[in-house]
Amino acid sequence: MTSTLDSAIAQSRNRGPLSHLINHQVFWVFLAALLACLALSVMTDAFATQRNLFNVSRNFAFVAIIAIGMTAVIASGGIDLSVGSTVVMSAMVISVVMAAGWPFWIGAAAAIGASLAIGLINGVLIAYAGMPSFVVTLGMLSAARSAAMVLSDNKMIWSFGPDHDLLLWVGGGSTLGLPHPLFALLALTLVMAFVFRWARWGQYVFAIGSNEQAAVLTGISVRPIKVSIYMFSAFTAGLAGILMAGWLGSVTTNLGTAMELTVIAAAVIGGANLNGGEGTVLGAVVGALLIEVIRNSLILLGISTFWQGMFIGTFILIAVAFDRIRHMQR
Amino acid sequence: MERLSLKGISRNFGAIRALENVSLELGAGEVMGLMGDNGAGKSTLVKIIAGNFRPSSGEIRIDGRKIDFHRPIDAQRAGIEVVYQDLALCDHLTAASNVFLGREPVRKLGPLRLIDYPAMHRQAGQLFAQLKSETRPRDVVRRMSGGQRQAVAIARTLLSKARIVLLDEPTAAISVRQVAEVLDLIRHLRDEGISVVLISHRMPDVFSVADRIAVLRRGSLVASKPVRQSSPEEVTGLITGAIEYA
Repeated sequence: MTSTLDSAIAQSRNRGPLSHLINHQVFWVFLAALLACLALSVMTDAFATQRNLFNVSRNFAFVAIIAIGMTAVIASGGIDLSVGSTVVMSAMVISVVMAAGWPFWIGAAAAIGASLAIGLINGVLIAYAGMPSFVVTLGMLSAARSAAMVLSDNKMIWSFGPDHDLLLWVGGGSTLGLPHPLFALLALTLVMAFVFRWARWGQYVFAIGSNEQAAVLTGISVRPIKVSIYMFSAFTAGLAGILMAGWLGSVTTNLGTAMELTVIAAAVIGGANLNGGEGTVLGAVVGALLIEVIRNSLILLGISTFWQGMFIGTFILIAVAFDRIRHMQR
Repeated sequence: MERLSLKGISRNFGAIRALENVSLELGAGEVMGLMGDNGAGKSTLVKIIAGNFRPSSGEIRIDGRKIDFHRPIDAQRAGIEVVYQDLALCDHLTAASNVFLGREPVRKLGPLRLIDYPAMHRQAGQLFAQLKSETRPRDVVRRMSGGQRQAVAIARTLLSKARIVLLDEPTAAISVRQVAEVLDLIRHLRDEGISVVLISHRMPDVFSVADRIAVLRRGSLVASKPVRQSSPEEVTGLITGAIEYA
């Protein structure tokens, strides 16, 4: 008798894979993106062209790369508003270094180094000085962009020295018909999906976001891990900055302005919980995809791009409402 | 030899004397109910044993060995585990992940170190079975009852091979049926030879599970005796001060 009761309970808790799928926000967001794609393919001739799909996949890759970093931050219970400024900082550092005649790899290393430094400062102020992440990264949003302006004297840079063509190839080129940023995104997605699930670091990110006090009490080195989370977020922004510099072929100091908002939107639409403890790599990627498909569809349908914000805003609200409904069921 | 022995423990916070000359002894596999009104010094005493505070004077011995904790981790290494009132669990993680948080078993795969989930679930399942709890290792803590959450927190202490477990109000704010569950958990800990300090306001709980009872009033220990030689009436008198000393 007890065994049947046990199995009944087990069944009610561990429902089949289908209901497991339906309970995941990622599934619905992916479905929405897929439906939008299908609708666009039928409604316009321009969507399902190779050229347009190439553009969509490249454009969404930049946001998605940073959204993965943002998901780690949000899952740990924080927020990083400085990613847009980190993008411009990274792009500007690699531009200035390469324009001065240094090879691509030196420039890329310097750009990633500068980004990690931004993440380190954010992380130390948040983890060790106990300052709120919102305020610290808000300050950094302002400071890092300002530093990029100082570095470049607020001039546009469009000549990148001897490795000019290599940079443009890395950011704007394609292999096997797929844009290079998509490869970077794919690699990052696979690595981080693995890390979130199988590495202790991933487990601790969620533990800190879920109950930081508990994490401290169990003896987890919460502070160094928090620093590493903000450095990871800055790394993803730095990576996107390098790729964007190569894609655009020129860098100005307004690069990445307000990008943090799109990135946070992508993470939240993908299921990252701003209260911490929840978020997935796949969700961040799918969230970014949905935003780009919406943007692209508005352009193709000839709707004013002024409507873009309305759609993204609505999707954020739907995503959060969905989350509330899911929690009410429990 | 006593598992835990406190001798002349005092603790001042500025001019305030939170604990005055407290001496206590707790044997192996013994459950001590620690009672007292709010502000009587219960939590200060617990925090001293758990390594959060250092005593202003007095000495602490575990199994006869004098110890001096500077940080909570020192106390953990000496075999002292605290189950906090708010339980200090991560709601979004599974029961097994919570039990193993900070000490996950890992499996080496080349240069990578992966969390060994099968081992974790198996071992957590064994701990819950040992505690006779129905908690399932894969369930997320957020969806658990108060009693199951206590089981998770207590399973943590079993995993760490604790010798002394301090429980801070484990039966506050949970249903009657769950209280019975938690008291059973405490008995299982005792049967493992673990010494338990149970801080509680609930007289019936203390009297049903404790071997000894200790009462603090305004920073001083006013009673420390076997439960059989005391009564709820006496303890109430001791807590309020109607009875001076017992």
